[in-house]
Amino acid sequence: MPNTKTIATKNSVGLVKTQYFTFNELTFRSGRSLGPITLAYETYGTLNSKKNNAILIAHALSGSAHAAGYHTQHDKHAGWWDLYIGPGKPFDTEKYFIICSNVIGGCSGSTGPSSINPDTGRSFGLEFPVVTIQDMINAQRLIISHLGIEKLLSIAGGSMGGMQALKWAILYPETINSVIAIATSASLSAQGIALNEVGRQAIMNDPNWKNGEYYESKAPDAGLSLARMIGHITYLSDKHMHEKFGRRVQQEDLSLSNFKNEFMVESYLHYQGTQFVDRFDANSYLYITKAIDYFDLKKDYGNLHNAFTGVLANFLVISFTSDWLYPSHQSKEIVQALRANGKNVIYTDIETDMGHDTFLIDYEPLKKNITNFLKREHERISQE
Amino acid sequence: MKLPEHLGYDLITPEITAGSKVLDLGCGDGALLEELRDMRQVTPFGVEISEDGVGKCVEKGLYCYQGDIDEGLSDYKENSFDYTILNQTLQITKRPSYVIQEMMRISRYAIVSFPNFGYIKTRYQLLANGKMPKNILLPYEWYETPNIHLLTIKDFQIFCRKNRYPIKKELHFSLSAKGKSRAIGMFPNILAQYGFFILDGELYSKIIL
Repeated sequence: MPNTKTIATKNSVGLVKTQYFTFNELTFRSGRSLGPITLAYETYGTLNSKKNNAILIAHALSGSAHAAGYHTQHDKHAGWWDLYIGPGKPFDTEKYFIICSNVIGGCSGSTGPSSINPDTGRSFGLEFPVVTIQDMINAQRLIISHLGIEKLLSIAGGSMGGMQALKWAILYPETINSVIAIATSASLSAQGIALNEVGRQAIMNDPNWKNGEYYESKAPDAGLSLARMIGHITYLSDKHMHEKFGRRVQQEDLSLSNFKNEFMVESYLHYQGTQFVDRFDANSYLYITKAIDYFDLKKDYGNLHNAFTGVLANFLVISFTSDWLYPSHQSKEIVQALRANGKNVIYTDIETDMGHDTFLIDYEPLKKNITNFLKREHERISQE
Repeated sequence: MKLPEHLGYDLITPEITAGSKVLDLGCGDGALLEELRDMRQVTPFGVEISEDGVGKCVEKGLYCYQGDIDEGLSDYKENSFDYTILNQTLQITKRPSYVIQEMMRISRYAIVSFPNFGYIKTRYQLLANGKMPKNILLPYEWYETPNIHLLTIKDFQIFCRKNRYPIKKELHFSLSAKGKSRAIGMFPNILAQYGFFILDGELYSKIIL
């Protein structure tokens, strides 16, 4: 358990506090409007006087505003990207001002389906408007303006976070200098959509789900936990799973037919599932996975080449060789469209056995590339 | 035996017009692009197969694509670059003919340099020893060489004639003991260790029109 001393010595931003920003109204891509809307966000480091060192971190499906540091002295775990955000880390809080906010539709402090609908006094549930990646950006943009930042040094994210970064570069080219898009895609594959749908069905088939109106009764924990288990399989690679768990069993007893968890990999998935229901809302899971599925730059702009015609940012695009959920070729098509448009882009396909979730682990090649890219981009804009 | 580092840079750099846009195919750690950026103020782009090489390019602030040289060249529009460079890489490309054709299309000038298999020492090793040549130009055993399309200066001249690629300049060279490039004017196909060509892509686009 970290005390003040360990927090200070672990290259951590230390104790942090989630902040909340409320604005009057947001019109969603669907045309529906909603308000007031609150977004949870955290910041680390200091905004410099030129206001040119701000980086927005966009989180993935299950992320939150709590990207780094600890909320209390007794927290067992640091923020979700603490390995990458902090003094001396790739998103160096001694140099940069880091912002991370919980997406709209989320359940970690931002307005979402579990929030109270002021019209009814009850949780929105499925009354909440359909959320798209574009809506997430439009909401976050208001925080950036609220903080007095006109142009971000960078917007960075993995997976769904990468989608937000790409869309931001397309929609608001003047407001960002660079993009770090990790293990992402311009449109999720049919396989990815299929797996998301199985997760959603797990939730919707839980008798506790009750068409999303479960906030005053038991939540569909079994369904959400199953959805998370499926998700977790997709985040890892076959090889990594084999190395981590192999076929190891806790106990093997053929005389029993109770189908209790015997294999290590089974209990690992169950643990991930049960942990998740404590911090995540099932309806948010439905909304956010759907936002990922709907994301399609090719459809929105006719083709990928057209999508990137107007972007002004410089790009660092990174894929992982063992990522089968967001495979390398999906990053390559983004890069090739950028290249054909004459944009400045770096692409690297990082060798790893850790699958899609590589961006969340302590991985030196990833750290090094982010560090060097940001350093150069910051030098470049400091000369402007 | 190791290939000398920065091979032929001293010949390439003076050929590049200041402020131009350059694509280095097989840019390695980006040393040539860095030199061109610092000495010629070019806008540099690279393609490199190794993750390590791309990582070093990022460190130098160069925009680089990790992949095969011939990958994605077709994405570029005509004359997207002032120069494309294929320095000591032609012989390891899978589709050399396609790569040169794309270089001619996407850049005004294509700079191509390669180890000359017609070099006298190489010829001699094959003739006298009956073994695959192994020397400073070709430092690999036959079973581990990345060189899959070896050629001579004469081969490349014939190749250009056949494809109607206008040669703007030929600057075949050998290395001095100190590693400096020394131009070989006489009998280059025998006496030069390396072939060096600048092809005129701009003129080529006019010819084929």
